[in-house]
Amino acid sequence: MTAVTANDVSLSWYEASARQRIDALVDAGSFSEFIGPELREISPHLSIFDLPEQFDDGIVIGRGRLDGAPVLVAAQEGRFMGGAFGEVHGAKLTGLLRAARALKQDLVILFDTGGVRLQEANAGELAIAEIMRAVIEARREGVNVVGLIGGRAGCYGGGSLIAGTCSKLIISEQGRLSVSGPEVIETNKGIEEFDSRDRALVWRTMGGKHRYLIGGADTFVDDEALAFREAAITALKVGTRCDVTVLEAEQARLERRLQRFGEAEDAVEIWQALGIDDPTDVPALPTGAFLRAATNRENADDAR
Amino acid sequence: MEKLSFRLTATRSAGGTRAQAMVGVVASGNLEVLLERSVPADTCTIDIATAAHGFDKVWDAVVRDFVARRSAGGLRISINDGGARPDTVALRLAQGVRKIEEPER
Repeated sequence: MTAVTANDVSLSWYEASARQRIDALVDAGSFSEFIGPELREISPHLSIFDLPEQFDDGIVIGRGRLDGAPVLVAAQEGRFMGGAFGEVHGAKLTGLLRAARALKQDLVILFDTGGVRLQEANAGELAIAEIMRAVIEARREGVNVVGLIGGRAGCYGGGSLIAGTCSKLIISEQGRLSVSGPEVIETNKGIEEFDSRDRALVWRTMGGKHRYLIGGADTFVDDEALAFREAAITALKVGTRCDVTVLEAEQARLERRLQRFGEAEDAVEIWQALGIDDPTDVPALPTGAFLRAATNRENADDAR
Repeated sequence: MEKLSFRLTATRSAGGTRAQAMVGVVASGNLEVLLERSVPADTCTIDIATAAHGFDKVWDAVVRDFVARRSAGGLRISINDGGARPDTVALRLAQGVRKIEEPER
């Protein structure tokens, strides 16, 4: 066996493609793909709408090694249809999760998605449900399912629901995690409720820093592939449980959080309540200073 | 979707030993190129599915230029196009032959 080596080239996670992210995440040269593009397992629905197809349907799945340990990997390509879940895209992830359960091998999901692909909505919604069930079933068998969020499309809609079932979430400042996206909220509730063009508002409401501060994510990293790799290695070393005690603890934590912050009008008020000295400065803080300021953050340790 | 197919004679065969390579992504103004080493060494086939109709003459010029200038023999190339400009297509094709030449790890 050769020594474990990481790909040490600096790479922005946000800018990278799904395949580049996998190459940078796992040990050098260790990845082998399942159902690769040469099999042309494409969406059966897009041609009906005369839309272009992609040979891997926007998700790359396979196995590799992470610091020497075997791991299953799924990476969404956020630039193809916003990384959205369709029938084939979803089935590939469901199958991989079932393999993780059967093989008792940990799995990492590189989220980059706007949610369900509207052109194959029913198949996509079903896929989300199947994936969430498969995540829980794998976790019940002691398998870690770690989510990495830092792509262009963020992690929205059904993708955010799946993220909610993961054993650990790693997020960068650029990563956004929310059920409804900015445009969806504005369309349904009006611009007074949420101005989707106000980028600062979007980032401080859905961005990685806020999610980390309120315990929606477990680890905060720089927008750098190596940082995601190191965080994933650490996250997989922490064994996790998934049983009634854990879920009850999470329910209690969420009730506490709602009581504490439910009246807040803006993320800045929450940061202030968390005891951060200069809450308005949070978006500008570099990673080191941000992590120091975040010592009293909400955390999800009970639940995950 | 418009589908175009080309079967061209290539003077230089592709280097390296990789069986396949993949570059690009299907997005607006972008395309994905899948290269597979599965045709005779003096031949290059290129199959295109494109969202932009009526540009067959431009595609013809771009792929002929590519096969004349790069080592494309032995390659079956499949393209899903999201309306990329000719220069982007030429760039992705060049990246593809470079990628299939890379040493295997």
